[in-house]
Amino acid sequence: MLRLNILLVLAAVLCSLGVVTSQHKARRFFQLLEAEQERERQLEIEFGQLQIELSTWATATRIEKVAREKLKMRTPEAANVLTATPTGGAAR
Amino acid sequence: MKGFRGTLAHRFTESPLLQLRLPPWRSRLIAVLILSSFGVLIGRAFYLQVLNNDFLQEKGESRYRRDIEISASRGRIADRHGDVLAISTPMKSIWAIPSAATLTPEQTRQLAALLETDPAQLARKLDTDKTFVFLRRQIPPTVADQVAALKLPGIGQDKEYRRFYPTGDMTAHMVGFTGVDDKGLEGVELAFHGQLLGQPGSRSVIKDRRGQIVEDVGSIKAPRDGKDIRLALDSKIQYVAYSHLKQAIAENNAKAGGVVVLDARTGEILALANWPTYNPNNREKLSGSQLRNRAVTDTFEPGSTLKPFTIALALDAGKVRFDTVINCAPGRLTIGSATIADAHPHGALTVAQVIQKSSNVGAAKIAATMPAQKMWQMFDDVGFGQIPHLGFPGEVSGRVRPWKSWRPIEQATMSYGHGISVSLIQLARAYSVFARDGDLVPLSLTRIDGPAAHGATVFSRQTARDVRAMLEMAVQTGGTAPKAQIPGYRVAGKTGTAHKLEGGRYARKYVSSFVGFAPASDPRLIVAVMIDEPSGGKHYGGDVAAPVFASVMSNSLRTLGVAPDLPLVVAQSAKSPTVKAKL
Repeated sequence: MLRLNILLVLAAVLCSLGVVTSQHKARRFFQLLEAEQERERQLEIEFGQLQIELSTWATATRIEKVAREKLKMRTPEAANVLTATPTGGAAR
Repeated sequence: MKGFRGTLAHRFTESPLLQLRLPPWRSRLIAVLILSSFGVLIGRAFYLQVLNNDFLQEKGESRYRRDIEISASRGRIADRHGDVLAISTPMKSIWAIPSAATLTPEQTRQLAALLETDPAQLARKLDTDKTFVFLRRQIPPTVADQVAALKLPGIGQDKEYRRFYPTGDMTAHMVGFTGVDDKGLEGVELAFHGQLLGQPGSRSVIKDRRGQIVEDVGSIKAPRDGKDIRLALDSKIQYVAYSHLKQAIAENNAKAGGVVVLDARTGEILALANWPTYNPNNREKLSGSQLRNRAVTDTFEPGSTLKPFTIALALDAGKVRFDTVINCAPGRLTIGSATIADAHPHGALTVAQVIQKSSNVGAAKIAATMPAQKMWQMFDDVGFGQIPHLGFPGEVSGRVRPWKSWRPIEQATMSYGHGISVSLIQLARAYSVFARDGDLVPLSLTRIDGPAAHGATVFSRQTARDVRAMLEMAVQTGGTAPKAQIPGYRVAGKTGTAHKLEGGRYARKYVSSFVGFAPASDPRLIVAVMIDEPSGGKHYGGDVAAPVFASVMSNSLRTLGVAPDLPLVVAQSAKSPTVKAKL
């Protein structure tokens, strides 16, 4: 009888220790998850800021300016344009 | 000690203590006392755990449980290729509780430097009876972190979103803008506010002593980010329209202007540019005239651009044919007490030539063969006098008076676009009946991916094709707008030059316009141009608006890669060797 009691007490102690450690682990993992989610949000914000930067660099006004002034490009005159029409099997 | 051990050796029941004859009430009293103290404990437990449970639970939770709002961002606005036109990014606002904010002069100076304000002005802001003041809104998060690092008393910060418009003034009227509190105020931002708006979520969490979240409790209400809007707008075409409009306004010293580019097949608005415009990223000095989306909110008397509708109605009703001859001599026509005149007198003209030469007299004579009600009905069918319902703020219906009150002279002037007012977008859309085979296409601000919608039929297929041929003549040599020609493409269109009404009288101020479409063999784009009060010496639509049309149309067609429908015989034979060498 006494042995059984001791055994049960030991089991109860072990179980409660298990509860404590798993609770602790759960919280630690939860914090990791939180941190990762925060990182996700930050990256999303950064993505948005990069998108702003991208579209600011890529505005038609700037592209035209660079093309004309820096790269010395110009619109081809109509006379210099040849239109290729698909022929044969590829033609729809 | 020995004696004590000796007593232990006794059998328990032989203990002399038990052999004492004590009165029985003593043990009963002890039992009752113990039981009643248990009763008190049970009662207390019942009070705490059942009766007072809610209060205590709440008190406990308030010590570790927090409700956190999860913010949702406003949707992005992108053009048809996905290029971003408007996007939100988080910023911080710095606020103060003046009574708690007791700063040393040194701290005030530091804070003012970070907020880029004057220390004296900052001190004035803090010296107030108000319980809450914003010191600076929408500052970059990095600066806000520096402010937080100063650890000033009574100074706090909040997260808020700021909207950026990378394309700036180019798409200002189309996209619009939002206020500080993320509410759409103009343009698409207002029209699609409901869809763009995000729904913030919330969650309850348990925080530990260090303020870190350790557990979620209860249900999480997920935030719903605003929906991204994909506009029909094509950034490249918008740029073409905007830059050529700007250039034409400068060349003609004009007051204002607008350009609308529509996809004739789908009714999508590919470009909508106005001048004057503004930079939506910096709206400090904004005037009403800059803000107005003229293509949608302003009406003007369209002038001759309305003639094709009168002619189409007469063709449809069988009153005239393509080659019916109308006598337009001597270039004047008197109806009642009023006289209408042509800018250049013409003799006998065919119906097609009435369009080609833009004869007011011819149009008025053709209109006189039709009842007022039918003309009114046709104007109504092509969308004049009706709000376009795009969702833009301040959309106007234009003015088409009820036919019952028309006098004959009014019916005559309306046939060539006076006494009636329309917005540029209405005019562009109305021309879709000629660019398509007689049906009026519904407009769309957003990109259409499914099959294109089909509008209500206004004119027969044959009528639309006849008018298209006449509009092509107007652009060719001998017409009013040879400057609208584009090398390589067949173009159809009509000029308009209208006097402006000022105080009920026509002043010597003009609105020059041109509406047309190309390629005429299979119309793809409709471009409408309006220049308000050109004062650079030229005022005819064919001189002012037609060149803008030609450059916008040719660049747009090239951007879209539309195949030319006109051979470039003369120019090509001379230049082709160099072209081949370059290839």
